[in-house]
Amino acid sequence: MAAPALLLFGLFGLVPLVGVVALSLARWDGLGSVGWAGVANWSAVLTDGATWQALWLTVKVMVISWLVQTPVALALGHFQAPRGRLRALFAVLFFLPLLLSAVAIGLTWQALLDPSFGIGATPGLHWLAKPLLGSPDLALYTVIFVIAWQFVPFHALLYQAGIRQIPTVLYEAAALDGAGPATRFRRITLPQLKYTMVTSSTLMLVGSLTYFDLIFVLSGGTGGPGTATRVLPLSMYITGFQAHDMGRASAVAALLVVFGLGLSLLTTRLSGFTRMDSQQEGM
Amino acid sequence: MSTIVTKTRDPRTGNDREGAAERPVTAPRPGSLRRITAVGALWRALTGSATLLWAAVVVIPVYWLVITSLRSRADFTAGSPLALPGHPTLDNYRTVLAGDFTTYLLNSVIVTAATVVIAVVVALMASFAIVRNAGSRLSRVSFRLYLLGLAIPLQAVIIPVYLLIIRMNLYDSLLAIVLPSAAFALPITVMILVSFLRDVPRSLFEAMIVDGAGDWRMLISLAAPLARPALMTVAVYDGLQVWNGFLFPLILTQSGDKAVLPLALTLYRGQFGIDVPATMAAVVLSTLPMLALFTLARRQLVAGLTAGFSK
Repeated sequence: MAAPALLLFGLFGLVPLVGVVALSLARWDGLGSVGWAGVANWSAVLTDGATWQALWLTVKVMVISWLVQTPVALALGHFQAPRGRLRALFAVLFFLPLLLSAVAIGLTWQALLDPSFGIGATPGLHWLAKPLLGSPDLALYTVIFVIAWQFVPFHALLYQAGIRQIPTVLYEAAALDGAGPATRFRRITLPQLKYTMVTSSTLMLVGSLTYFDLIFVLSGGTGGPGTATRVLPLSMYITGFQAHDMGRASAVAALLVVFGLGLSLLTTRLSGFTRMDSQQEGM
Repeated sequence: MSTIVTKTRDPRTGNDREGAAERPVTAPRPGSLRRITAVGALWRALTGSATLLWAAVVVIPVYWLVITSLRSRADFTAGSPLALPGHPTLDNYRTVLAGDFTTYLLNSVIVTAATVVIAVVVALMASFAIVRNAGSRLSRVSFRLYLLGLAIPLQAVIIPVYLLIIRMNLYDSLLAIVLPSAAFALPITVMILVSFLRDVPRSLFEAMIVDGAGDWRMLISLAAPLARPALMTVAVYDGLQVWNGFLFPLILTQSGDKAVLPLALTLYRGQFGIDVPATMAAVVLSTLPMLALFTLARRQLVAGLTAGFSK
């Protein structure tokens, strides 16, 4: 009964995981036959400054995204946790970005941030009439902001669910002891949210390796201006599917695999995802 | 013991259960929480204003998207971006619908439906096997493999998948999107279904075994009906992911008549060029089906996004 799933997942999930390493040692233009290249791709990729720049941008996007999204999501989740009509309305509003595809979001923001016809043309908002996506200095931060726009609602939901799971008796006991709201937040809410935070962070960090669609669309497929937003996945795509060097692209992709697996091994170890027993015990 | 997912259809706790993943024993009672809210008024005001601010950040682009799609091109270049259009028009929608939109829509529907059916059925079987043989080594190893799958970025394996699809002679077909999409939906689907099924009381299965039922019988007449809320949840969640998926269609298809909606949106950008209102109309149209799904299945969707992740 487990066979169909293992077959499907094995064929398209696990085989490619090995395949990407094999292809990183191959010469292939994406159309013709696959030949042997040895470590040529690796030495080319590892000595190329562009790889390191892409890696650096990826780390930068990852870290800044985490720093921006976590506090906002935590605050929103904290606000939404108690039940109420107004909060339910906010929950619906916050859900909207989750329904839009990354492409839809990318096209919308690209037009919205257009210096001539976008939001900067609104009276009073002229300070926004800057080439936010066209300037090498601003583009990456703009991308990080749009990423936050897309994903903060999801993480707010996680925190909301996490906060709702905290036993009320803890707060009642603390209130009896005279603890104020800030103390209760710091001493009860934050520690009780440990696993939620690890989960949310894992998804955020590993997810940031997949911010491809949005950046692809926002930068018109180039990772530009120049290479200002060319993160690792985009660099892989451009090398493989535009420059037709699948071997080199595979070496970049293998870097992504190592990165992703390392991150998640680290975080799943912390979160205890791999426990086979029910997550409901131990509270 | 009730599970995270069953809780969402629990009739006891009234409305607004989105993301309500609390356990029966520890569920906060609304009354007591409200009292705490009164005490923490200042704190609430702080997070409240942050929420308002972010609500504006979320809503303004969506509002702009909708009103822009109702503008004429002249109105777009002349009017103030956030003002309501002077002469709202549906011309942009007519333009989009007069093209190949229905083809793209149909492709998206086919790809999404096929992927969801394959992923959910196959994942249910796997989850059942994993839970029923929870002690066995094979079960533990396969579960860990799916968890590992959660960490594999699609982009990282797209080149070998591309090679596989070419060698399977599936390149530029809808099936080329369906199979990898289903495979990559499996980790999260299995994870949620396993966390649901392992809380089904053993005695129910044992009673069926006493009655002489085999594995298939137990799956079809016990596990599947019991897991219905979880199945709905993962179906909606997977559906949303596949509907919005871009990378597989971008790389594994080529012809315009095989394009799904997200890919088609990038084609529109090329086609309409500077005609932003028409592109925005296409964006709105491509989102409407998901909005409809959300209206119908909001609870399931939110539960799907939080179940298994929370805690």
